[in-house]
Amino acid sequence: MAVDLDRCTGCGACVTACHAENNIPTVGPAQAARGRAMHWLRVERYWEGEFPDVRLKFRPVMCQQCDAAPCEPVCPTFASHHTSEGLNAQVYNRCIGTRYCANACPYNVRFFDFFNPQWPKPLHLQLNPDVSVREVGVMEKCTFCVQRIKAAGIDARAANRELKDGEVQPACVQTCTAKALVFGDLNDPDSDVARLARSPRGGKLLEELGTLPNVTYLERQTQV
Amino acid sequence: MSEPTARTISDDLLRPLLRTSWRFYLLVAFLGGIVLTGLCTWIYQMWMGFGMTGINNPIFWAFYITNFVFWIGISHAGTLISAILRLVNAGWRRPVTRCAEVITVFALMIGAMFPIIHLGRPWLFFWLVPYPNQRMIWPNFRSPLVWDFFAINTYLTGSVLFLLLPMIPDFALVRDRTIGLRSRIYGALALGWKGTPKQWHRLESAMSIMAIAIIPVAVSVHTVVSFDFSMAPVPMWHSTMFGPYFVAGAIFSGIAALIIAMAALRKFLHLEAYLHPVHFQNLGKLLLMMSLLWAYFVFAERLTIWYGNDTAEVAVLNVTQQGSFAPLYWTMVVCNFVLPLFILSQKRLRTIAGCVIAACGVCVGMWLERFLIVVPSLGHKFLPYAWGHYRPRPVELVITISTFAAMTLLYTLFSKFVPIISIWELKVGGHDVHETPLARSEHAVGELRP
Repeated sequence: MAVDLDRCTGCGACVTACHAENNIPTVGPAQAARGRAMHWLRVERYWEGEFPDVRLKFRPVMCQQCDAAPCEPVCPTFASHHTSEGLNAQVYNRCIGTRYCANACPYNVRFFDFFNPQWPKPLHLQLNPDVSVREVGVMEKCTFCVQRIKAAGIDARAANRELKDGEVQPACVQTCTAKALVFGDLNDPDSDVARLARSPRGGKLLEELGTLPNVTYLERQTQV
Repeated sequence: MSEPTARTISDDLLRPLLRTSWRFYLLVAFLGGIVLTGLCTWIYQMWMGFGMTGINNPIFWAFYITNFVFWIGISHAGTLISAILRLVNAGWRRPVTRCAEVITVFALMIGAMFPIIHLGRPWLFFWLVPYPNQRMIWPNFRSPLVWDFFAINTYLTGSVLFLLLPMIPDFALVRDRTIGLRSRIYGALALGWKGTPKQWHRLESAMSIMAIAIIPVAVSVHTVVSFDFSMAPVPMWHSTMFGPYFVAGAIFSGIAALIIAMAALRKFLHLEAYLHPVHFQNLGKLLLMMSLLWAYFVFAERLTIWYGNDTAEVAVLNVTQQGSFAPLYWTMVVCNFVLPLFILSQKRLRTIAGCVIAACGVCVGMWLERFLIVVPSLGHKFLPYAWGHYRPRPVELVITISTFAAMTLLYTLFSKFVPIISIWELKVGGHDVHETPLARSEHAVGELRP
């Protein structure tokens, strides 16, 4: 995935889309105040500069799907593991809730189900049947909408063709009106995302930790 | 006070087993009540959901892991100290070893409960056990938590053996001194002990093997516990120093727990003739040494981090030393360093009461130390947007308190059913002095007799 920070307006539509697509429960104001809010994708807001010469910077942060993910080796039950496609998968049924992966993750993008999820009516009517609902005591996180990737792959195989670039869009990418988020196959050098990843503006979040993240952030260019 | 003879040793030390006052039942009921409350609280937490705790995003580990490290640390009281004292053949160890070894076993049992209590789905904890299963999957041997599982189980097995071996002759003594059902139970526990030279020889060799074997195991256990932290890329966790730092801290808090336990036993079981001020003085000196070692580790850790000036690590350093955790941090420094140094470095103050005060301070300080390792780092990881705060909730407080009651309860019950001072070792010690004075002269420091 590539995120163009010049395009991001911080509208938060991606966050809402992510909640709707992935059956992420909303925890309510009381629990949110206690730090139990779950947003697989969050828009971090930073102020840069000194008042009055300030500017606002938004950075959508989701699971970076690291190639050397710190969350994976620490999981005692292989709930957090690396798929052959290069995704950091989280197998909810294997998770026993040590929460070690969440500590090891430098990006804080792993979330714990503190209670059994509830959807106040009529939100229960919009649950996505393609995504399992997580029970209390397990960790969950951004999957790059693995259900969409799988479905598109099955369709392509049924039609006996290769997946086209841009055919799979996670919910956040699909929703982003500013087209700040771009998703695709980094192994295909001609894909949009691979092209953006090579951009001189491109950088990785906390790259110095050696996690080899797979999300490229295209930094803001406009000068103050 | 007259010198205890073989006869009075047996009488004095078996008295708690044979006579029980109403105060004992009252104490057991009181402690049992607290432990039961703790169990109910845990069930309540499982029933309502883990959100009953104060754990939040990003502080996913807090009180329970603090307690886990604390109790595993306390467990180093016993086996390690008594094994070292046995190996160097320090004569003053004889009345101390068993009180110490029992702390190890019980503290380990309690400590090992915490990783389970802290699980999101504790009913599935057995997935850490490697066994052929229908899920067709092994535990992840790369995970420090799995190493923990093996390390703690090894240490528990080893320290139970180390505790049980020298108990065999004492069980036989109780068997011979009682009648009826009690005699039969202790007879079974004594494993057919007759006291033949062959049996003594085997016991001695088994004990020396265990004493040597248990030391690397004990060191490895707390090193592996420290790996839980140092393997994760979290500011101020990811440190090569954590292994020895944790082991030193564990022995430090272990000695403190031992001093408190011994003082309680001495007072409540009237063991003044066996646990002398010199025992407390010697342990006090050990505690002082460990306090200095601990302070050295903290100094080395903090200085390098401050000097290295890594943004994320300095953020954690500042919040601990100057920020919201500062009151806890400086309490820890006072309890772990200033107080022991002041009391234990002066011969005048190194009395039983002085040692106990210093030891209580160290227990508080070491608990805070573990808390300050776990929580501030998690609350201040790399992205400031995701920083967070932590406050314990009642569930965590009740469960924490109940484990201290559980420790006291187990210890009380143990001292009721087993002679808390090794009777035969004490008697053997009495003979040794006269038979082999030369070989022992190098250990004469701190001997019972002047």
